[in-house]
Amino acid sequence: MHIKEEKAERHTLAVIVDNEPGILARIAGLFTARGYNIESLTVSEITSDKAVSRITIVTSASPATLEQIVAQLDRLVPVHKVHDLTAEGDHVERELALVKVAGTGDHRIEALRLADVYRARVVDATTSSFVFEVTGSTEKIDKFIELMGEVGLIEVARTGIVAISRGKEAA
Amino acid sequence: MAEKSGADILIEALSDLGVEVIFGYPGGAVLPIYDAIFKQKKIRHILVRHEQAATHAAEGYARSTGKPGVVLVTSGPGATNAVTGITDALMDSIPMVVITGQVPSHLIGSDAFQEADTVGITRHCTKHNYLVKDPAQLGSVIHEAFHIATSGRPGPVVIDIPKDVQIATARYTKSGPIQHKTYRPQVKADKSLIESAVEMLAAAERPVFYTGGGVINSGPGASQLLRELAKITGAPVTSTLMGLGAFPASSDQWLGMLGMHGTYEANYTMNQADLIIAIGARFDDRVTGRLDAFAPHARKIHIDIDRSSMNKTVRVDLPIVADVGHALEDMIRIWKARQHPKPDLSEWWRRIEGWRAVKCLDFPEDSNEIMPQRAIRALWEATRDQAPIITTEVGQHQMWAAQHFHFESPNKWLTSGGLGTMGYGLPAAIGAQLGNPGALVIDIAGEASIQMNIQELATATQYRLPVKIFILNNEYMGMVRQWQELTYSSRYSESYSDALPDFVKLGEAYGWKGIRIEGNDQLDDGIAAMLAHDGPVIVDCRVAKLANCFPMIPSGAAHTDMLLQSAEVSGEMDDEAKALV
Repeated sequence: MHIKEEKAERHTLAVIVDNEPGILARIAGLFTARGYNIESLTVSEITSDKAVSRITIVTSASPATLEQIVAQLDRLVPVHKVHDLTAEGDHVERELALVKVAGTGDHRIEALRLADVYRARVVDATTSSFVFEVTGSTEKIDKFIELMGEVGLIEVARTGIVAISRGKEAA
Repeated sequence: MAEKSGADILIEALSDLGVEVIFGYPGGAVLPIYDAIFKQKKIRHILVRHEQAATHAAEGYARSTGKPGVVLVTSGPGATNAVTGITDALMDSIPMVVITGQVPSHLIGSDAFQEADTVGITRHCTKHNYLVKDPAQLGSVIHEAFHIATSGRPGPVVIDIPKDVQIATARYTKSGPIQHKTYRPQVKADKSLIESAVEMLAAAERPVFYTGGGVINSGPGASQLLRELAKITGAPVTSTLMGLGAFPASSDQWLGMLGMHGTYEANYTMNQADLIIAIGARFDDRVTGRLDAFAPHARKIHIDIDRSSMNKTVRVDLPIVADVGHALEDMIRIWKARQHPKPDLSEWWRRIEGWRAVKCLDFPEDSNEIMPQRAIRALWEATRDQAPIITTEVGQHQMWAAQHFHFESPNKWLTSGGLGTMGYGLPAAIGAQLGNPGALVIDIAGEASIQMNIQELATATQYRLPVKIFILNNEYMGMVRQWQELTYSSRYSESYSDALPDFVKLGEAYGWKGIRIEGNDQLDDGIAAMLAHDGPVIVDCRVAKLANCFPMIPSGAAHTDMLLQSAEVSGEMDDEAKALV
């Protein structure tokens, strides 16, 4: 006997939660307990009183499982709202990465040139290294990091995806 | 207003919430609360002998009274011992509030004596949980916890209180009605959905009501409404294990329980129906059997208060998120307003009668041994006039009780359905007896399960609770043995109950009356003696050792693949089948 796998779709969810202790563990734990997967998870406070946080989760699952994920998240007591941004319509997804590159000579010049193409900013420089800040889609950042691999990539830090719906309405 | 200690705030808040009984066990991290209990008279504390039993007793109290069960345990092992019962309450949607002591705030995270990460451990086996760090928050947290435990889909809520918070002082004000900022369960359904449901029901040729524990959780009114809707539509009614009693077993519209050990007629009715109205039931794997063969001809309406129950395992045509009682009331009103005549279901009933004629619950009688089914029927016959509360442990005896003991009203049948917790029945009976002092409460048990919380014999003795334990003793973990016969060519790996105690002497050692029943000729007299004794009684009823529970749908089989008798149970299953629960 072999274990069967379901066909999965990638969806981005926005979860608006009360900013109480343990909420992140509650959500992450729900995903592990029920066998859902998390590709990316970001969280930050979004109100001036720091009472509410927005959690952006990228997950891959079958359509039926996605419906369950939304329903299960929604029934957690501290959750205000769950939006399946992918299902609800157009939205913008962005990620930020800090990319450290070390090198001298041609590598250094090429790194700067590529950074310019990708509109990456230099946020730290020494005579033998740069830290670039690059934002954009996941694909763009993947590609930038891949290119940096050829010119002295040392280290990467990425935020994971944040997302918001297009147009004037709140999700 | 004077400040009070956290412990006094807790007791006052519980009292304000109408709590009359707490099931608990003291320990270092709850000593301040126990001292507060000592100094008051409003709340009665029931000292169990193991924290797991406190949770099951609270479940039994809750299930039989409709009120939330309350548990008080200490930190560390007190809390971890409670986890099984907390999970049980989550699976069966039982309202329960568990107060756990915690080490003082400044020691949290230091691996202090009797420290456990209670909120971490219970995060996924509670409906919600709290760690209270400020006594000023304690009152509102307790009120909120009861609101969450009892509203929407009920469930367990844990409140972890560090010892210093129990001692520190603050002001307490009684909370008014709770308007929670995020938690707002939907109780009323959209009218248009109810109208669609009524139209589907009126148009159906082969409808069936598939009801569950949600009907009972919705309160006695919901059971009455179910009876009325069944009456005006004439449709047959089946129920899950958890829903038994919501619809009277004496009704000619009653099909018996459905699912793995359900009746032939219930499962065939589900299989051949053109409309299933699921009410407060959740399409559990024990009910559906093989999913791709489940009710293949039926459109499905699902009424449930928990949106996450919709389309979880079975896709439905009309999901209705609502409290069952409200939805039933609305359906009846609209049905009547539209003056729907009672549908002609005579052809459907003719087919159902054909399935009933199989008499699937008949069993082979044996003059030498007591058949366990016979014992349950004798117990039912002897007690039915008293409308007893029946609790069970988990296994064959539980299924036989579900099949052969018949219930006319809700809140009389207390069993561990979702989690299947052996050791549930005795403490649940204790809780039920406390909540219903005048009632006859019987734990139908197996000789293996009863040993999982046997220490609670002492609790019943201490509080003079006249609970009865009726053990169907076949010297096997019978359901395990039955599955080993079905799946593993009768290799009885570790399923024999060796070194059994003498239950009669054991009962007597705890101050109970003990009765042994060893043959058919002793059965009725033994039961009569049990009922006649004004105090707790343990009955060791020796039954046929190798009897099996039928009908049975093997795991992963369709409703139409029922096994009806022992001859069909033998051999070895393939790996796909072995992997199923």
